[in-house]
Amino acid sequence: MESSDKPRLPRGVRLRYDEVRQRWTLLAPERIFEVDGTAAAVLQLCDGERDLGAIVAELASRFQAPPDVIEKDVIAMLAGLQAKRVLET
Amino acid sequence: MTAHQAPPPGPPIGILVELTHRCPLGCPHCSNPIGLEKPAAELDTETWKRVFSEAAALGALHVHLSGGEPTSRRDIVELIRHAAQCGLYTNLITSGVGVSAKLWAAMVEAGLDHAQLSFQGADEATNDRLGHYQGAWAKKRAFAAMVTGAGLPLTVNAVVSRPNLHQVGAFIELALELGARRLEVAHTQYYGWALANRAALIPPLAETQAAIRIVEEARAKLAGKLVIDMVVPDYYARYPKPCAGGWGRLAINVSPSGKAMPCHAAETIPGLEFWNVRDRSVGDIWRDSPAFNAFRGTDWMREPCRSCERKEIDWGGCRCQALALAGDAAATDPACSKSPHHAIIAATAEAEAEAGSGDIRWRSYKETVDV
Repeated sequence: MESSDKPRLPRGVRLRYDEVRQRWTLLAPERIFEVDGTAAAVLQLCDGERDLGAIVAELASRFQAPPDVIEKDVIAMLAGLQAKRVLET
Repeated sequence: MTAHQAPPPGPPIGILVELTHRCPLGCPHCSNPIGLEKPAAELDTETWKRVFSEAAALGALHVHLSGGEPTSRRDIVELIRHAAQCGLYTNLITSGVGVSAKLWAAMVEAGLDHAQLSFQGADEATNDRLGHYQGAWAKKRAFAAMVTGAGLPLTVNAVVSRPNLHQVGAFIELALELGARRLEVAHTQYYGWALANRAALIPPLAETQAAIRIVEEARAKLAGKLVIDMVVPDYYARYPKPCAGGWGRLAINVSPSGKAMPCHAAETIPGLEFWNVRDRSVGDIWRDSPAFNAFRGTDWMREPCRSCERKEIDWGGCRCQALALAGDAAATDPACSKSPHHAIIAATAEAEAEAGSGDIRWRSYKETVDV
């Protein structure tokens, strides 16, 4: 994934807070992914407008962490979702 | 009330609603019961809407709109809209036959999330013969184009059995050509019409294994491009499938007339008391209905399930299959290699596959009896 890529959830994939179980979930065709709070924060920024660089900068500032560390984690997470066809760039 | 009160069950993750048993197709591998429920017995719009609201409040995340053919319901758009408003992820399980461009646009606008389109064959002749509907192939392809054209995720569902198992590679090509995000290769499960047609449908072991290898190779090769799920043919399996993820553990199934069941075939088990959504809330049924509690958890198990290390993986397999093949719903599913009946059913399957009957009972209302 390049820093100019603009990740987004495709149509048919929805990030939703599950009130009953008190956690974030990613709803997809015949799949439900549990999403922890950090991952949910990343996915909320994947709006197809921001590029990866902007997402990393935003998270680095919010969590006061080094951008290179954040970038590595974010790319690993997003690439995993891309392989499952629930994230597009 | 008994001395041993089981803890209340966790919430269901999904609800599968058979909105109607009407269907333009006549597939012999259909898992609906032989005694199809008549249109006059179907729930009305308001009751289905209440079911969706209650299921969502209980914790269900997905609603699977199934049948029969769910778009045969005149209120399908209203039902989708309501389910979406409840926050449910809406999955339309359809033949794709009889869905006009206008109806499709209305369903998308109402909030449909995903469409799962069945194919009975990977070419026109096979598809239209097994679906028992001339012209279905063209209509299905047109439906697929509408789904991808609207940007919605498309799943191609290929139900395979002896007459079309050799097409498994072609089904993969078809899914790619149609732009599907997901392919489900569903080896026929023998319930309802499929059980009645088993001799005409069950494939030999060697062909089954070859088909599984093709799918597994494609799945690795197409990772990131096409998600491939496979429902395995359990007569030849080593371990049984955890039916519906475990009885009363993850899923609720509601028949057209409102009967709530742990799985679509549960009615075949005599002596179970099913509650109807007309009379009770989904939450009451989930927690307290005798049918949902009958085989919930592991307390009901006998040997070899009781001491099995897989008992909370397989959950004893399928109760309906235990009844159909071992004559006892509380027995180990004969699909399991630990069942004393396992060798017999695998041998029966092989013998039926070898005999190669072409005698098919097409799914229809003609055999329906009034109840």
